[in-house]
Amino acid sequence: MTNKKVKVATVSLAGCFGCHMSFLDLDERLVELVEHVEFDRSPLTDIEHCSSDCDIGLIEGGVCNSENVHVLREFRKNCKILVAVGACAINGGLPAMRNHISLEDCLNEAYRDGIGVENAQIPNDVELPLLLDKVHPLHEVVKIDYFLPGCPPSADVFWKFLTDLLAGREPSLNYELVHFD
Amino acid sequence: MNNKSIVIDGKNVPFEDGQTIMQAATAAGIYIPHLCHNPDFTPHGSCKLCTVKVNGRNCSACTFPASEGQNITNVTKELNDDREKITQMLFVEGNHFCPSCEKTGNCNLQAVAYHLGMTDNHFPHFFENREVDASHPDVMIDHNRCIFCTLCVRASQQEDGKNVFAISGRGIEKRLIVNSESGLLKDSDLDVNDCAAHICPTGAILIKRTGYKVPIGQRIFDHAHIDTVTLANEGASHDE
Amino acid sequence: MQQFIRQLAQENDFQSTCLLKILRAIQARYFHIPKAAIEQLAPILNIPRTQIQNVIAFYSFFHFEPRGKYDILISSSITDLMVGQKELIAYFAEKLGVKIGEVRADGVVSLNNTSCTGMCDQSLAGLVNGYAITKLTKARIDEIVENVNKQLPLEQWSRDFFKVEDNIIKSGLLLNQKPIQGEALKAALERGLKETWEEISVSGLRGRGGAGFETAMKWHYASEEDAEQRYVICNADEGEPGTFKDRVLLNSYAHSVFEGMTVTAAFVGATQGFIYLRGEYLHLYDKLEAILEDRRKANLLGKNILQHGFDFDIEICLGAGAYICGEESALIESLEGKVGIPRNRPPYPVTSGYLGKPTVVKNVETYFAAANIAIHGGEWFAAFGTAKSKGTKILSISGDCVKAGIYEYPFGTTIQTVLDDCGATDVLGVQVGGPSGTFIANNEFGRKLAFEDLATGGSFIVFNNSRNILDMVHNFSHFFAHESCGFCTPCRVGTSLLKKQVDKIVEGHGSAGDIVALEELCQLIKNYSHCGLGQTAANPVLTTLERYPELYQNMLKKISYEPGFDLDKSLETARRLANRDDAAAHLAQVEE
Ligand SMILES: Cc1cc2nc3c(=O)[nH]c(=O)nc-3n(C[C@H](O)[C@H](O)[C@H](O)COP(=O)(O)O)c2cc1C
Ligand code: SF4
Ligand code: SF4
Ligand code: SF4
Ligand code: FES
Repeated sequence: MTNKKVKVATVSLAGCFGCHMSFLDLDERLVELVEHVEFDRSPLTDIEHCSSDCDIGLIEGGVCNSENVHVLREFRKNCKILVAVGACAINGGLPAMRNHISLEDCLNEAYRDGIGVENAQIPNDVELPLLLDKVHPLHEVVKIDYFLPGCPPSADVFWKFLTDLLAGREPSLNYELVHFD
Repeated sequence: MNNKSIVIDGKNVPFEDGQTIMQAATAAGIYIPHLCHNPDFTPHGSCKLCTVKVNGRNCSACTFPASEGQNITNVTKELNDDREKITQMLFVEGNHFCPSCEKTGNCNLQAVAYHLGMTDNHFPHFFENREVDASHPDVMIDHNRCIFCTLCVRASQQEDGKNVFAISGRGIEKRLIVNSESGLLKDSDLDVNDCAAHICPTGAILIKRTGYKVPIGQRIFDHAHIDTVTLANEGASHDE
Repeated sequence: MQQFIRQLAQENDFQSTCLLKILRAIQARYFHIPKAAIEQLAPILNIPRTQIQNVIAFYSFFHFEPRGKYDILISSSITDLMVGQKELIAYFAEKLGVKIGEVRADGVVSLNNTSCTGMCDQSLAGLVNGYAITKLTKARIDEIVENVNKQLPLEQWSRDFFKVEDNIIKSGLLLNQKPIQGEALKAALERGLKETWEEISVSGLRGRGGAGFETAMKWHYASEEDAEQRYVICNADEGEPGTFKDRVLLNSYAHSVFEGMTVTAAFVGATQGFIYLRGEYLHLYDKLEAILEDRRKANLLGKNILQHGFDFDIEICLGAGAYICGEESALIESLEGKVGIPRNRPPYPVTSGYLGKPTVVKNVETYFAAANIAIHGGEWFAAFGTAKSKGTKILSISGDCVKAGIYEYPFGTTIQTVLDDCGATDVLGVQVGGPSGTFIANNEFGRKLAFEDLATGGSFIVFNNSRNILDMVHNFSHFFAHESCGFCTPCRVGTSLLKKQVDKIVEGHGSAGDIVALEELCQLIKNYSHCGLGQTAANPVLTTLERYPELYQNMLKKISYEPGFDLDKSLETARRLANRDDAAAHLAQVEE
């Protein structure tokens, strides 16, 4: 391993932060990791935008709105290696289960016709990102280099993947580490 | 006794007349990935996961008869890479959200994907709108997960002596249909004890109220490979 | 309705093998297959209702929901597009006041696209209630719209609309023959069946439907099988876009075709024959029935044919809109009243075909040739052609040429000769053998028509330099995705993925990795599909990508990746519901 620290950025798009929590399950191994890794944009830091020289981007969650698209593009532009982390990033996951209901029905149910809705109105503040018709996995919007399956991927998956990369090995997950659930 | 044999990945494998390559391989303890094949029913040959090279030509092992002089390759990078892509096709065709599927950990489709080292779905998703039929008191169908292997169709006909299921539609419009006037499972003559209710290799046909009896993490494929599990099950059923 | 269906079933002896025929009659009368009809038919035909539902869902010409009283389908193959199909169908839709694919609110008329109807030499063509209409122009469309709106019965429409020309431009060895009815059969019986088989063998006649299997061998295998019943089937499904020579043979040489079948039956010992006629050729049905009736009267069919002690009869079975039913085992399934899904092989039809009995399936042209060989002998035929491809081949030529129509050539003829004859100039390339065949570029016109070089079932589509090859690839990819039977994964999912991938590139959304992805997909479909449809479905892409890689490259954006779906369009619903149109309410397809 070289002396220069590897820059890692992370983000959660249409996800539940479960993958990030699982990442934190690395526990004491995190200490070892930060000897080689420096975190850039990430909920773990407070950096708001990726530096232009990020090495690895870890992305949790699928793409459900216009902001997700912008953030994903920012990551793609600034990270040498982009990794789809977890079921939602890989196939849309739980949020994509809305894909078989039309967006119009979804919004009407949530903001207009649903039980207990007051001041029924579909939000239209220009500050709010608009929803896409369907939730898409990352690889349908930008090029993705690696996939870490799991809901969430276990800390061991992150560990194996990152240590492989840091050691200059082609990352590979053995059987016990490949899980879709 | 006979001493006819085929060669699979350099190994001599005996066979009897009338056996398929799959049958000979399974009996010899060789796993060939498969989804639509189940030794208890007439082979179907539709998923194409079991494709092997027979003297250089691609053949479906589950339907192709073994015969003298066959030099077969089964485990090669090329074949397994392509099998992975075929599996990925099945994943993008349906809507497979494993974390919310009762079958996870016990699912053959998922296990084959694990076996082939599949980590993503590679192709663009169809995200087709498919329905769930929860009308039956004990059994439900989630069409999102059907891979059209026809095992339920065959099991109903060949084992249960009924005709509860069929695969309908052309091309990408294929759908499982139920033989009842309303088209609903509750109006069919399916019984929860029917073989057809239990045969589905995926989470498309599920028995209600049993889904989480075994916790995730302790399920069949959480630790065991599909090859060993399959050979243990299907090898045995051949010896009968 | 109940009585109608009961009677229909009775007329067909309650045989489930007649399911397509029964459903065709119900569809014609009620413009769909009502649910009640399914419920009534299932028990009396002794089949599960799901078999009927499957058949309705599988074949394009059956519907669960009513179509219009006048159901109009417009051929949408590449040769139709060449004569402005898109504009004309849009015109038709506008004049009728109906959306393409839909039924007009008053239920009188419906309009849709359909796969090639086998009229490529008289485009634009279509079907009205199953009957072929040709040479559609705006003027003709206006007249049809008027007829429809007046609800004029089809019989009172101008006969000109329904005129189907033979357009035989160049006859050769076979088309020049004008055999006398019964001549081939008599010659065969006089010579002796075994001896006639030897003539067929000497002639080297290979199948004309595409695969090129040796005819004599098929006869031999089928006759060797131990069975109490055998069948002879004539494959007149002619679904390969750009092929229409079987239609002409059946229109003008039907006696010879039937005679070829009868000689085959006599040799293999079959008593029943079928001609599987594609639904699009409904207009030939009555004529062919009459010819069969003539032949029965002349004792050329029926019992104790020509006092030679053998029985044989032929039944015409109509398809219902499914290209895959041209594949011989799917065809047999269809004849059995089922969906056209190709069987697992072995066993092959010669050992286990129709109802599990030995069955010879041959193309129309093969029987036609066999009949003539029975008269003139094997040497006569083998004197033409090449060493591996004996005799002549009948081509259906369409596209950019002066004289589209039927041409007969000895095998071994160069593509250039053919192009010169049909008056094709400024040629960019030729699609030989239809979508499942090969696209050849204009530096390959020295190549030859032959099984060992350019094999073809007869389709020959010429493209001149004003054409965009990618339009053709686009059209053919959609064709295969539409016609895939869906049995096996690589073709069912693969052809639909391929369609999307081709659309992406053709519509200008392709980026760096997309050609690699395209090729990879093509190889999967080609190498892993169950039958010939899937195995050839990627040919349009593969054969053009090999010849014109730059054409594909030029379509790509100079970026590393572009989404396969329209991002901005994906925000449309949300924009509308939030009543927004500000800059942040839009997305660029690629990053600026
Ligand atoms: C998708 C597909 C479509 C086919 N369509 C036809 C057809 O329309 N007509 C035909 O004669 N053969 C067709 N064939 C070939 C038949 O399977 C079969 O080989 C042929 O009918 C045998 O007759 P032959 O030996 O005279 O060529 C098709 C094959 C495939 C795979
Ligand atoms: S059926 Fe199998 S692959 Fe599909 S969602 Fe369920 S567990 Fe996953
Ligand atoms: S429901 Fe299950 S068993 Fe039946 S066809 Fe679908 S995947 Fe196969
Ligand atoms: S290759 Fe296509 S047409 Fe042939 S069996 Fe498979 S899905 Fe059906
Ligand atoms: S297992 Fe052989 S094709 Fe499915």
